[in-house]
Amino acid sequence: MSGTYLGMPAFPEAAKKSVDDRTLRANLRHATHTIRDRRAEAVAELADWAQLREAGARIKEHTLRRLDHYLVQLEQAVTDAGGTVHWAADADEANRIVTGLVKATGETEVVKVKSMATQEIGLNEALEAEGIAAYETDLAELIVQLGQDRPSHILVPAIHRNRSEIRDIFAGQMGRWGRPAPEGLTDEPADLAEAARLHLREKFLRAKVGISGANFMVAETGTLVVVESEGNGRMCLTLPETLVSVVGIEKVVPTWQDLEVFLQTLPRSSTAERMNPYTSTWTGTTDADGPKTFHLVLLDNGRTDTLADTVGRQALRCIRCSACLNVCPVYERAGGHAYGSVYPGPIGAILNPQLHGTGSEVDASLPYASSLCGACYDVCPVAIDIPEVLVHLRERVAETGKGHRAERAAINAAGWVLDHPAALTAALRAASLTRKLHPKRLPGPGRAWTDSRDLPEVPAESFRDWWKKNNPGGTAAPAAPAAPAAPTAPAAPPSANPGSPEEGPR
Amino acid sequence: MRAALFITCVNDALHPRTGRATVSLLRRLGVEVDFPAAQTCCGQPQYNTGYRRESEPLLRRTAAAFEGYDYVVTPSGSCAAMVRDNYPRIGEKAEAEGRGGALAEAARSLAPRTFELTEFLVDVLGVTDVGAYFPHTVTYHPSCHGLRMLGLGERPRRLLEAVRGLELRELPGAEECCGFGGTFAVKNPAVSAAMGADKIANARSTGADFLCGADNSCLMHLGATLSRQGGPLRTVHIAEILASTEDEPWSHA
Amino acid sequence: MSPATPAGATGPAAPGTGAPGRSTGAAASSASASGTAARDRILARVRAALSDVPAEERENPAPIDRDYLRAHVPDDPEAVAGLLAENLADYRARVHRTTAAGLPALIARLLADRGARTVVVPPGLPDGWLAAADVTQLRDDGTLTPARLDAVDSVVTGCALAVAETGTIVLDAGPGQGRRLLTLVPDHHVCVVRVPGQVVASVPQALPRLDPRRPLTWISGPSATSDIELNRVEGVHGPRTLDAVLVTD
Repeated sequence: MSGTYLGMPAFPEAAKKSVDDRTLRANLRHATHTIRDRRAEAVAELADWAQLREAGARIKEHTLRRLDHYLVQLEQAVTDAGGTVHWAADADEANRIVTGLVKATGETEVVKVKSMATQEIGLNEALEAEGIAAYETDLAELIVQLGQDRPSHILVPAIHRNRSEIRDIFAGQMGRWGRPAPEGLTDEPADLAEAARLHLREKFLRAKVGISGANFMVAETGTLVVVESEGNGRMCLTLPETLVSVVGIEKVVPTWQDLEVFLQTLPRSSTAERMNPYTSTWTGTTDADGPKTFHLVLLDNGRTDTLADTVGRQALRCIRCSACLNVCPVYERAGGHAYGSVYPGPIGAILNPQLHGTGSEVDASLPYASSLCGACYDVCPVAIDIPEVLVHLRERVAETGKGHRAERAAINAAGWVLDHPAALTAALRAASLTRKLHPKRLPGPGRAWTDSRDLPEVPAESFRDWWKKNNPGGTAAPAAPAAPAAPTAPAAPPSANPGSPEEGPR
Repeated sequence: MRAALFITCVNDALHPRTGRATVSLLRRLGVEVDFPAAQTCCGQPQYNTGYRRESEPLLRRTAAAFEGYDYVVTPSGSCAAMVRDNYPRIGEKAEAEGRGGALAEAARSLAPRTFELTEFLVDVLGVTDVGAYFPHTVTYHPSCHGLRMLGLGERPRRLLEAVRGLELRELPGAEECCGFGGTFAVKNPAVSAAMGADKIANARSTGADFLCGADNSCLMHLGATLSRQGGPLRTVHIAEILASTEDEPWSHA
Repeated sequence: MSPATPAGATGPAAPGTGAPGRSTGAAASSASASGTAARDRILARVRAALSDVPAEERENPAPIDRDYLRAHVPDDPEAVAGLLAENLADYRARVHRTTAAGLPALIARLLADRGARTVVVPPGLPDGWLAAADVTQLRDDGTLTPARLDAVDSVVTGCALAVAETGTIVLDAGPGQGRRLLTLVPDHHVCVVRVPGQVVASVPQALPRLDPRRPLTWISGPSATSDIELNRVEGVHGPRTLDAVLVTD
């Protein structure tokens, strides 16, 4: 598997491959169900969870609506504290800035803390092209990097791998990049963690440049926050002489006090812990402690496009906890790679089409990669109404996307019938009369339904016909009959059966 | 008390039994039932597929069809959620797009008068024992829109637990989606079918005779999978269980 | 993501061209020239994106409504200290309780049990704490390197405060705590918390007592990971053993 997402097939095809992969299905089911139950317990411990969730949403929404103000305030505070702030409109610009900063140090290797932003912009590849080796130090990122794989989960990028696969990757690959895995490595998680500790230790101790993202940036103080578990973040943020942090502009929060909400909701939502093992905060540089030079690269890369959509904007509240992935029945079966981006799952399905637009096949298919069951919205610690945004983005795809002409025609035809009850009655009678002739399996697009399901039987008589027969004169409405509404399509032939599954009746 | 039956297009065309059961249940509880014939479809398939503008005439039609009724009752959590959650949204968007406030007004008027069947029974009529008799083992699947958008909670369970002869069995993974999702079932058939298969495996593990739900669209998806797989388990809408009595027992006819 | 090729190693082939954001190879221009243009462009795009937000709201935003709890437990110092001990232990810190008089002996025992011979001592650690310990003390004068610290057995520090509800100890690099790397590289950390003086119940109570200008490290149990099948395993890069000593004031 290569490190690029370009040329990804649309979600349904990629998802079908995952559904057919029994090992992957088992790995994902085990991991997501484990964390799902534990998250529910961690959240239930807090009596004010609903209030914390609402406050988190309000803080983020408030910030987004004054984002320019808070970014300028942040820039000033970071600069005052001894940091240097850079602005990058897109991935290329961010990569040029970071690559230049690393080259200016004269170093040819960097250690990295797990960072979605740097994955998003393909920083490792950009550094590699300039002869700079970037070592991922998060355990899951290390598994992905050593396995020449792609991340499939926001929090646990190697969630698609089980312990024995991880053992094989470590045993086979570590020696190519540094200290080999110990002889006789087992697949016990503790042994695997020990192997990672030994392998990365030499890299941490000699590192001169660290690269990170950040979970939060505090505008009033210029403070950056990294939330982690393993201590690799502390290593990268503390030991090198130069630190470069690449952070999306939506990660800013106004005040130090605002952290009191997110430091309660993020750990419980992501790893189901009361608090993650390590949280580091730093403000610019500190004399004789940690990096002497600090650069903050503020990244747009599609975020301002997202901000411009009044419905889709809420996706920028995301604090990357992964709770929506863990609870999603579609993610559980399709896996993260099917989303064709470093942002998989429900949040990816609304974020990618906004960050990149819906030009690619996979991005245009993502708004449909959901049954709209709403489990993601329920668990979201900043109350992003993901189903609402999905439907909103479907509208955008249906308006502009290729291949939606036939669908629109069918919708319009059905719309005409549904706006003419007499035509509907006739259509239902026709369906009933021919019901013995209906096949169990359909050709063409209808096969999508009948590959695994029979067609429902059409009854001998529709409800409205039964009512008419059994309630003569009983249909009187208390008010005037329905106001006539203009048909949306010019005299469409009422050929479409509104009850056929191709149109997804609900 | 008088109520209008909002049958929904799926029930009208494919599950008239559910409609007949709803009528007989409500009448048995003393409700005078009307069926405004101007109703067709709530517009959810169009709306959820990305055709909001195309759903507007159906919103207008549905609101007009039920004008003047204090209670609009539907045996579908999904369609009730469409009216309650999405109609106001559609109206607000039309208003924001400078197309006047009529649609928003229609939505605001209809939304609070619309009740899913179990909600109407428990909250409005105040009954949980509806005098039903159903001597079978049953497991209940709470469909997503009823569960999460309407917050039906324990209402369906309480109604089922009061049915004489009925043995309710806990459905493992009850709150997980069955994989129907409207157009999702045809746009993402592999994942949809996998979700349906897991739901059915969970239902079969209970050993129940019936997999009961309050949404025939989900039951249609599950029933069609069951029919392909064969076996004794079958789907049934909760209205049909609640309508069933010793005198007029449920039968598949 | 594909691993970058380490210097001197024959690594796997580079990914195909067209990786997202792949650099064209141009050196970064100075932060000032193109940086100012990018800054202005981004801020202009943000403002354009927010054209729907009323000017009044942008100038005088309403304060954030915070109706969540300030703490989830009653204000009872003994119970709060008990909760801290319980939650620290739940995440596999080893918790000990003692008095000021018993502290030197306890620290000595913890170091001896560990077999520690060399211990890092941050500036400002109270003199008496290591009085009973039979170890070589390495006082940090600001020049200890990561490699030197890697050869040290243990570190003994105080803390800035502790949060009971989450089982968290916060270090702020102040006196008795020292530079961040002192508590990071050694594999064994003995951390002393004064009870009840340094204990708060909750995260909302902790933040106002901390100075954001100082580098802070929040520690909740020893290093851990959930990266293998989403199960928590203790012990990766940070100190794998955390002895939390609660000393009654």
